[in-house]
Amino acid sequence: MLIIENLHVSIAGHTVAEVEKLELANGQRIGFVGESGSGKSMIVMSILGLQPKSAKVTGSIKFNGVELIGIPAKKLADIRGRLIGLVPQDPTKSLNPTMRIGKQIAEAISLHSNAGKKAILRRVRELIDNVRLPDPDRIIKSYPHQLSGGQQQRVLIAIAIACEPKLLIADEPTTALDVTVQGEILNLLLTLSKELDMGLLFVSHELGVVRFVCQKVAVIYGGQVAEFGNADSIIKQPAHRYTDALIAANISLPRNEIEVAGNTNQLHSVRGSVPSIGEFPDGCRFRNRCDFAIDSCRSFVPMRQKDKDHYHRCCNPISSAEKPNVTH
Amino acid sequence: MACLIQGFVTNGMAPIMAEQVHNKEKQRLWVKFSQLPATLIIGGILVGFLLCIALLSFVWTPYDPIAMNVRDRYLPIGSEGYLLGTDRFGRDVLTQIIMGARNSLFVSIISTLVSLMIGTLLGLYVAAAGGRIQNIISRTIDVGVAIPGILVAMVLATAIGPGNLAAITAIIIWFIPVAARVVIGPAVQVLSQDYIEAAFGYGRKKWFVLFNHVLPNISSTIIVQASVMFAAAILIEAALSFLGVGAQSPIASWGRTLKEAQPLMEIAPSLMVVPGLAIVLAVLGFNLLGDGLRAYLDPQQTRKR
Repeated sequence: MLIIENLHVSIAGHTVAEVEKLELANGQRIGFVGESGSGKSMIVMSILGLQPKSAKVTGSIKFNGVELIGIPAKKLADIRGRLIGLVPQDPTKSLNPTMRIGKQIAEAISLHSNAGKKAILRRVRELIDNVRLPDPDRIIKSYPHQLSGGQQQRVLIAIAIACEPKLLIADEPTTALDVTVQGEILNLLLTLSKELDMGLLFVSHELGVVRFVCQKVAVIYGGQVAEFGNADSIIKQPAHRYTDALIAANISLPRNEIEVAGNTNQLHSVRGSVPSIGEFPDGCRFRNRCDFAIDSCRSFVPMRQKDKDHYHRCCNPISSAEKPNVTH
Repeated sequence: MACLIQGFVTNGMAPIMAEQVHNKEKQRLWVKFSQLPATLIIGGILVGFLLCIALLSFVWTPYDPIAMNVRDRYLPIGSEGYLLGTDRFGRDVLTQIIMGARNSLFVSIISTLVSLMIGTLLGLYVAAAGGRIQNIISRTIDVGVAIPGILVAMVLATAIGPGNLAAITAIIIWFIPVAARVVIGPAVQVLSQDYIEAAFGYGRKKWFVLFNHVLPNISSTIIVQASVMFAAAILIEAALSFLGVGAQSPIASWGRTLKEAQPLMEIAPSLMVVPGLAIVLAVLGFNLLGDGLRAYLDPQQTRKR
């Protein structure tokens, strides 16, 4: 359904994202994981043409056979919302505070159909019901500030799925929410994706969350796909040192719970911080923060295959014999 | 029998219950009213009173505003038949003040509305333009704000002749950059929100987004600005007619009444006090209203209620 090939995004001459090849089948759920500044949002946003104005995008992004790069603005506006939906990161910034919820959902429907007023209202109620919000009459008449953050995010999901898109892009949809609500939103996204047979492109910095929602995971670092494969295989047997470091830093994964409960009382953190754009080292992007860097990391690292459906670009990968993450 | 009793009981109860409901509703209204900021209420009463008087002048005034009565010159406040006394031609001061309110409101409302409209459009355009155009126009607006308005009025008065037209035009020119500058800041902030980007992403045109998404979100700023501008316009109108640039005789104006009273300060001090007091009350009313509206429309306040 979605095929990304040789995608290259640059800002002021610096590469911020490059993807050689990435495919998403119908109804498949894929997670993009990485630290802030790793370029994951940049890749995802360039699918919808929502990258910053200063960014230059080349390569090919094909959605159901339609080339999205260089597509006229009018055609792109038609695809946005109708074929590809977007759930934004911050619900409080994404709803107009002076417009009633009902009108904002109705707008998303009426933009892509000629349905009459009654049909639209019926659909709005249906959507509110779909995203498991109670009391549609009250919600329709409410203003955004009368709803909680989680409810607002549900409204935004309703808007995103209003036209039953084939692909839903969720850009860190739970980051701005309370922990107690995060699970509900994730469950909702998962069920909706299954119910509507809708592909899901899920951006997050939490591997645990991604494993819960997605079948496939792409670990992004320095704008590159560092590792790609089935979610379980990546989390249980990572090959790339960066993936391993991410897993070690994640409290919500079972492997670390034991260590926290044990005597170490300390979570691992990845050494250093993500460099600014244009300051990544040559060769392996992760080289300067990696404890296992070797000489061959200095030159360009191509994508290698570990297993069927498991790819990575690491010169000194974790071998199957090595117990992951013991030397950190 | 039971039915009869029930019927009797309900019949007897009905008016009492209805009254209770009515009382509750009254109570709720009173609670809502008492939660309003005090400044809003006082300002509203003052401005409302002024508006009523100005409207009243179209149908009724105590005396003919230009009728002179030489016998009753310089009557003090509280004289029989002349509540606020008479001036040097024996004209009723109360009538002069009422007619002055009409002129004062006419000039300030027209000039404020026109300048707000043009200023808001200009501000929205500048906020959405971005880049170099935004920079150039906002700096030009800053220069516009810095030009002293009284000077513009003087030049206009000599060019098109003194009168209400000159006063209105001068105030409009004075206020457009002020209004635009007030709009630009909040508009830029609203334009950076995600729902604006979404609206553009759906293919909405620039002015559609500006009117449907940006304008409602900055309306409270504009409303508050309007009330402040009314107050300033009343003051400016009085100043201009005091200087002889505004309304000309025989049109009554607070500023001119004040000016005519100035040389008579020692003979009839009340002639000067009355129009001065009228100006003070009008400006105070609009300023309080603006303050009250600011408190009432504050989004954080609204959320608490």
